[in-house]
Amino acid sequence: MTDNIIETRGITKSFGSLKASDDISIDLRAGEIHAIIGPNGAGKSTLIHQICGGLAPDAGQVLLGGQDVTALTTAARARKGLGRTFQISALAMEDSVLENVLLGAMGASGRPWRFWQAIMGDRSLRERAEAALERVGLMDQRHIRTSALSHGQRRQLEVAVALTLDPRAFVMDEPMAGLGAEGSKNLTGFLDGLRAQAPILLVEHDMDAVFALADRISVLVYGRIIATGSVDEIRTNADVREAYLGEEA
Amino acid sequence: MIRESYLNAALLAGLLAVPLYALVVDEPFTITLATRAAILALAAVGLNIALGWGGLVSFGHAAFFGIGGYSMGILAFHAQNFVPLDLGIMVFDGTKSMPIIWLVAVLASALAALLIGLLSLRTSGVYFIMITLAFAQMFYYFAISWARYGGEDGIPIYVRNDFPGLNTLVPIQFFGICFVALLLALWLNARLVASPFGLALNAARQVPVRVQTVGLDPTRLKLVAFVMSGAITGLAGALFADLNRFVSPSMFSWHLSGELIVLIILGGVGRLMGPVLGAVMFVALEHWLGGLTTHWHIALGAILLGVVLFARGGLIGLLCGPRGQT
Ligand SMILES: Nc1ncnc2c1ncn2[C@@H]1O[C@H](COP(=O)(O)OP(=O)(O)O)[C@@H](O)[C@H]1O
Ligand SMILES: [Mg+2]
Repeated sequence: MTDNIIETRGITKSFGSLKASDDISIDLRAGEIHAIIGPNGAGKSTLIHQICGGLAPDAGQVLLGGQDVTALTTAARARKGLGRTFQISALAMEDSVLENVLLGAMGASGRPWRFWQAIMGDRSLRERAEAALERVGLMDQRHIRTSALSHGQRRQLEVAVALTLDPRAFVMDEPMAGLGAEGSKNLTGFLDGLRAQAPILLVEHDMDAVFALADRISVLVYGRIIATGSVDEIRTNADVREAYLGEEA
Repeated sequence: MIRESYLNAALLAGLLAVPLYALVVDEPFTITLATRAAILALAAVGLNIALGWGGLVSFGHAAFFGIGGYSMGILAFHAQNFVPLDLGIMVFDGTKSMPIIWLVAVLASALAALLIGLLSLRTSGVYFIMITLAFAQMFYYFAISWARYGGEDGIPIYVRNDFPGLNTLVPIQFFGICFVALLLALWLNARLVASPFGLALNAARQVPVRVQTVGLDPTRLKLVAFVMSGAITGLAGALFADLNRFVSPSMFSWHLSGELIVLIILGGVGRLMGPVLGAVMFVALEHWLGGLTTHWHIALGAILLGVVLFARGGLIGLLCGPRGQT
């Protein structure tokens, strides 16, 4: 047994002739932020989908807490402690902000099969949901229709829903996307504190955020991990500079 | 914008006032029309749970309506003709008791919805529409060829079934039964929508992937909604058969499935009272325009077109604003 919370072993996935994941083995350890960087189309989201369950790898395994979950559904993996946020917000737009976090709290409680009592009257679910909104600073917006939120607020709500699950690991696909300098800075500060609660596998384009947050960085190019290391190691790695940071070695 | 709760109360009060007025001025046919509207509304309340909250465009809800109708027809047929119903494991005399008939209708249509749902929910979109239609058509053709129960001619029931303490042949009393059934279904619907299950179902319609990500299975949520939906529409079928004192394969017809969808769209998809407003409009148009011309469906089609183009939330959406606010 390892103390890896998340581990992939030799994950491979092709779309036709395109190898989107090429023998990827990475892990996420307790207490760390492990960032995955790489140019557009490198296969970052594809990797996340395979870890979280939306996409089955052609070969290789996904392990959560040392247990092989490759055959499990997305829902089953979530119940095992994966807290995921999407690159493109996946929220119930017609529902209120509070209802979106209540959904997370209910999922975590594992008790959706209640047909008669009002969910708003369930104190423990509400407290859990509102605590998450409080943490991301959306408490004042809780009764607003989600479609009326700004882009940045939707990103915050994505994170809040993941918080309600109280997961063993967070998996975040470009949480800073489209946030602007101010928003990115705030979220960076927030994620910095979050790693104490659960480790984060972080796909991110924002290099300032990555260099500020990551304990380890893996660089993904054309479906392959070309390097994994500390911030300094990656910054000075010749292959990385050539392949990704676009500099002459 | 009108507060939705006011509009809802006004609609129910109207649906109750019309037959009461008709009673006073002695127009029993109007009471029958109101009863018809209440029953169609009940059937559509059932469909609305699947369609409006589950996002399941079932084009086969006539299957459950017909199963409810035939539950009534078969049980009453054996009772009225004194022909015991041999079920193999036991022999049953049939029954004229509405509560027993309803129970059978609800259980039979729920079971059918479970089986149809299990198979249909493997698909989505147009395929879901087509597969539910196909199931209903199977029931339709089966009923036509079921010679024992009248085949194409259906089953006439001589006397309306019994309800303890009431004379069901009195139109206003039978209306009362149907109206209370509708109220109960609406109450159940309202509780359901506000419940944990309702919240999850609503999200499963909008973003299934989000529901999975919090550890729930959207397909199972939808299946349960489909079963409840079918059960309520089945109950409406039993009442409809009792209203007409007649059951025939036409209860399984795709026209009926289509009409239920149409009247929900008219009233408002996923709005508690959408089916009620839709059913009242539908029956009123059918009665008045139908009296003027046999082509009244053209007018209905025009209205439907207008609603779809200019009032996406149906008439309730037009009057009360978009759905989904806490
Ligand atoms: N479902 C799919 N079918 C075919 N090709 C896909 C699919 N999903 C992703 N791809 C392709 O795989 C590559 C990696 O995509 P993605 O994982 O989204 O990249 P990233 O998130 O790193 O920008 C891209 O070339 C993309 O076009
Ligand atoms: Mg991506």
